[in-house]
Amino acid sequence: MSDHATPGMTITCSEIVEVVTDYLEGEVDEAVRVEVEAHLALCPGCDAYLAQMRATLQVLGHVPVESLSEVARDDLLAAFHTFRPPAAGSP
Amino acid sequence: MAPEPSTPDVLPGRGAADRQTVPEQRAEAGGDPADAELVARLRAGDEAAFADIVDAWSPMLLRVARTFVSTDASAQEIVQETWLAVVKGLDRFEGRSSLRTWVFRILTNLGKTRGVREARSVPLSSLSPDDDGPTVDPSRFRGADDQWADNWTPAGAPQPWEPSPENSLLAAEIREQVAKALEGLPDRQRAVVSLRDVHGLSSAEVCDALDISPANQRVLLHRGRAQLRAVLEDYYRGRRVQGHE
Repeated sequence: MSDHATPGMTITCSEIVEVVTDYLEGEVDEAVRVEVEAHLALCPGCDAYLAQMRATLQVLGHVPVESLSEVARDDLLAAFHTFRPPAAGSP
Repeated sequence: MAPEPSTPDVLPGRGAADRQTVPEQRAEAGGDPADAELVARLRAGDEAAFADIVDAWSPMLLRVARTFVSTDASAQEIVQETWLAVVKGLDRFEGRSSLRTWVFRILTNLGKTRGVREARSVPLSSLSPDDDGPTVDPSRFRGADDQWADNWTPAGAPQPWEPSPENSLLAAEIREQVAKALEGLPDRQRAVVSLRDVHGLSSAEVCDALDISPANQRVLLHRGRAQLRAVLEDYYRGRRVQGHE
């Protein structure tokens, strides 16, 4: 019974994993934030889950991205040159 | 052959800006001195400045473009048309949003037109069944009759990843796995996760570019990230996951 009043125990692990994005986005109420942090301090499983989520984001920051083809890029620079000739005095 | 973009139609007009549907709270909102300097350089015909933004922004523009059409080739064309419209319409940029946001809006306008023409209309604005339900296997949590109901079971609790993916000797292989899993996400989740976590756009920019609400943006981000974390977890547990059907 007293468990329900213990900080970190009013939220369950299954709720933590669903609120984690809002938490990382800073989109939770102050009361929820405090409760989440109390839970994380008590629960190695959820603490690991959050660390895994952060690690996932770190990997995402390094995945290769697709860019414009060289041909398309060259065409665009040529079009820019045509439509926006360098201002007088520029090299 | 793609028709020449009709510049007046695709440039975001005063009306759109006046609708006030876009919160003007993003860090790089209009009036940014760096933005003003960039626009001045572009207007003066500084080709290097143009090449810089083409190189920096095209990858994320391609991501957004791909939400409107079904092939990479079509997405490339939309991005090309967008940059042409930018070049031609630069004098009409009023600095009411950031330049990047303005470019994204041109892309969105062109993409919508193109998407309709290709009869591919992905309703990015609404959520689908992919976006519902728990993101972690419920069997990893204790049952309702347990004293610790809905908390991790001993076997279900996540274990720390050692070493962390980016510190691992396998970092390159892990990135490849995650990149593959990202491509396998449902369209809308893939778009949101890519723009936020790969390309680093703010949530406001993503909502604006994809025309979705902040709440939907968070749901799509949440589900996409959770799926990718799960893929990495399987990897760490030694079950090399392959693409699923």
